[in-house]
Amino acid sequence: MSRKAMTGNGAIALALKQAEPDVMSAYPITPQTEIAQNYAQFVADGAVKTEYIAVESEHSAMSAAIGSAAAGARTITATSSQGFALMWEMLFIAASLRLPITMPVITRALSGPINIHCDHSDSMGGRDCGWVQLYGEDAQEGYDNAIQAFRIAEHMDVRLPVMTMIDGFIISGAIGPLEVLQDDQVKQFVGPYEPIHPLLDIDNPVTVGAFDSLGGWYFEHKVTQNMAMDKAMSVIESVGREYGQLTGREYSHFKTHMIEDADIVLVAIGSAAGNVKTMVDRLRAGGVKVGMMKVRTFRPFPHLQVAGALAGARVIGVMDRSDSFGAQGGPLFTEIRSAMFEAPRRPQTFNFIYGLGGRDIFPDDIEGAVRLLEKAAAGEEISQKRYYLNVREVSLDGQA
Amino acid sequence: MSKKWKFSDIVKWGPGRHEPGATIPESGTAEQYETGGWRTERPIRDREKCNDCMICFFACPDSSIRVENGRLVDIDLKHCKGCGICAQVCPRDAIEMKNEIEARMEEGKKEEEKV
Amino acid sequence: MAKPKEIANRPERLTGGHRLCAGCGAPINVRQIMSVCPGPAVVSVATGCLEVSSTIYPYTAWKDSMIHSAFENAAATISGVETAFRALKKQGKISHDMYFVTFGGDGGTYDIGLQALSGAVERGHNFLYVCYDNGAYMNTGFQRSSATPCGAWTTTSPVGTESFGKTQNRKDLAEILVAHDIPYVATASPHNFKDLMNKAEKAFTTPGPAFINVISPCPRGWRTPGDQTIALAKEAVQSCYWPLYEVEHGKYKVNYKPRPERKTPVADWMKKQGRFAHLFKRPDGEKVLAEIQEYIDRKWQELLKKEECL
Ligand SMILES: Cc1ncc(C[n+]2csc(CCOP(=O)(O)OP(=O)(O)O)c2C)c(N)n1
Ligand code: SF4
Ligand code: SF4
Ligand code: SF4
Ligand SMILES: [Mg+2]
Repeated sequence: MSRKAMTGNGAIALALKQAEPDVMSAYPITPQTEIAQNYAQFVADGAVKTEYIAVESEHSAMSAAIGSAAAGARTITATSSQGFALMWEMLFIAASLRLPITMPVITRALSGPINIHCDHSDSMGGRDCGWVQLYGEDAQEGYDNAIQAFRIAEHMDVRLPVMTMIDGFIISGAIGPLEVLQDDQVKQFVGPYEPIHPLLDIDNPVTVGAFDSLGGWYFEHKVTQNMAMDKAMSVIESVGREYGQLTGREYSHFKTHMIEDADIVLVAIGSAAGNVKTMVDRLRAGGVKVGMMKVRTFRPFPHLQVAGALAGARVIGVMDRSDSFGAQGGPLFTEIRSAMFEAPRRPQTFNFIYGLGGRDIFPDDIEGAVRLLEKAAAGEEISQKRYYLNVREVSLDGQA
Repeated sequence: MSKKWKFSDIVKWGPGRHEPGATIPESGTAEQYETGGWRTERPIRDREKCNDCMICFFACPDSSIRVENGRLVDIDLKHCKGCGICAQVCPRDAIEMKNEIEARMEEGKKEEEKV
Repeated sequence: MAKPKEIANRPERLTGGHRLCAGCGAPINVRQIMSVCPGPAVVSVATGCLEVSSTIYPYTAWKDSMIHSAFENAAATISGVETAFRALKKQGKISHDMYFVTFGGDGGTYDIGLQALSGAVERGHNFLYVCYDNGAYMNTGFQRSSATPCGAWTTTSPVGTESFGKTQNRKDLAEILVAHDIPYVATASPHNFKDLMNKAEKAFTTPGPAFINVISPCPRGWRTPGDQTIALAKEAVQSCYWPLYEVEHGKYKVNYKPRPERKTPVADWMKKQGRFAHLFKRPDGEKVLAEIQEYIDRKWQELLKKEECL
């Protein structure tokens, strides 16, 4: 293991290089471009054996990845925002064909208006496409998740594609410290690739992607797909433990901080978890019984474990970096709220939507949220559940 | 990894029984599906007139003109849909399209005679 | 190319038992093309009649490995397959040879899949793309595509008091592929199976991307009797509606040139198809037919000139 200073994108490109898949297909889009470029350079320099497909669109990036994975090659791609949206159709198909493609997603707002900065509307919009979704807080987690993704995706009980998120610009473009494994350690951890029913096996020709309509087995296939998602839950944990033995950094579905005796718990995902933690520590010092949870696994959503961990909370504030138009709150909020519904002592839940289109979130915003949650914890009746942080002419107490 | 499927069983298969990704792990399984029942007319080839030119073979949409050692041996009635292309393209008028029901009745008679 | 008799002895690569309509042109084209594929292949098929009818789970008519993922991306999908092959071959994990072929309908090729096709041939993947052109979106019930001929009825170029069917001419797809400067481009017809198989064999054995556009009569959408499929393909060629030519490394060769007296009026061919029936009844029909003939003649002359110059 060695220490380096790297951008989030650099860290992820390095992880991919060390895993050295057979095929990468990619198309540039801010803020993911650096990964596509760096990898193309690795190929040009002969640093990897990977074949690189410089496709003409993200739709083709995912289509080519599907072809390559079905052919029997370990395959990756990477994207952001509009590219993710353009892949949309193929994301579902990759998952339903049970192809263990892995894909870093450098999260960015979706148009319109067009905006190149971070929020989670791209990846959160894809939460039901059948991919395993892991969110990282910083470059280190982005690196670690990108490596673990191969093991999770390729596990024989799972065989589902995995996307690993880091926040666009905030993490992808910022230089930070990184603990780096040696190439051979990564290769050994990732292990050899074992395809199932590869198209290239001339002794066993197969048909992939058959028509299966009314009177067929579509429903059975879909149920099977969700069974694989259920199995991914424990595989993510076991791979995270094994990775911990190798690196000292153990991973599970989420991390908690100061929740044992907390009345108030903030739940966050992505890079904002760092700010939240700082604020939790500061408020704790001031006597507020507040803790936090940082979610890593969003699909499959670890609802039982989450409910267990948050069982003691009286009030939960969920921080979402994307909105869900017309829903009761952002995607993380609706998951957490649903997970807590059957808790023996059902907590109050509030949603704080922040950071859309890269809008900053300041300590004051988080503190304001906690102050509101404190009132709820003290028994005050608060009917409004959804709040927006740091929006012009919108304040926490005057929100409509 | 390929295994032979028993089609009568698959009908009952619930989740988890199929291959991952709903892949069909064998090739050419459609051979076991009969489309002969679609036919309203049946091609009957006159061996005498036929010179095995293969024109009908390349024109059949349903792979139903059976060829062995360069000779047209018979027509695969399990799959032939009776489109009539073979009769239409044959330069020697060696194929005649016959009403399927009549053809079946004639077949039945022949069977009876055998018995 | 081997003699047709020898080719007919080879094992079938598309079985019977698929669910394409009786008399459909698509499987005829597939059978002819696959019969000259020199080795095991991976076939990628775009959503459309051919795909849905040849792979109704758990039945597949394909003897080679086949992949369908979506409608507009068959060329991108095979790009991935072919690249995986090169990657694994380079690493010594595969030693055999393989061929890569894509079948897309005219909708999946001229229209929604044009970008993926353009990208794949520009990148130079070693594969053959076959467009089976039946002149409309047949699988969804006969909607116009940019390959639908002028004057044809479809459900989205309907006939009415204000409309004689499709008002535009066809997109010249083969020329678009020629403009990509790929090693091999051809048009073909299943009635001339020797020509089609000869072209397919060249396409398979030419390194790099190759493209063949085959006419694929559709009895349902053309409103024609099922036994006329081959005859209609032949007349399309004789009328120069569907010229047979190939472009090898930029060099044009017209494979069939009817003598002027044998070049049939395109209206004769159209008259046999229900999709054009209105043109022979309505007052503006004659004018439309004359314009169509003029267009066909112009394109034919242009093609002959290209053969001379290029
Ligand atoms: C993205 C997308 N849009 C539309 C469709 C619906 N669709 C399926 S097949 C098809 C038409 C196919 O036409 P063509 O490619 O000409 O093939 P054909 O059915 O005529 O053989 C359409 C519109 C689809 N499957 N996917
Ligand atoms: S009738 Fe049609 S399907 Fe039957 S053998 Fe002749 S061409 Fe083939
Ligand atoms: S086309 Fe006629 S002559 Fe030729 S093989 Fe077929 S049946 Fe015989
Ligand atoms: S609708 Fe046309 S193209 Fe589709 S299967 Fe029927 S005949 Fe073939
Ligand atoms: Mg079509």
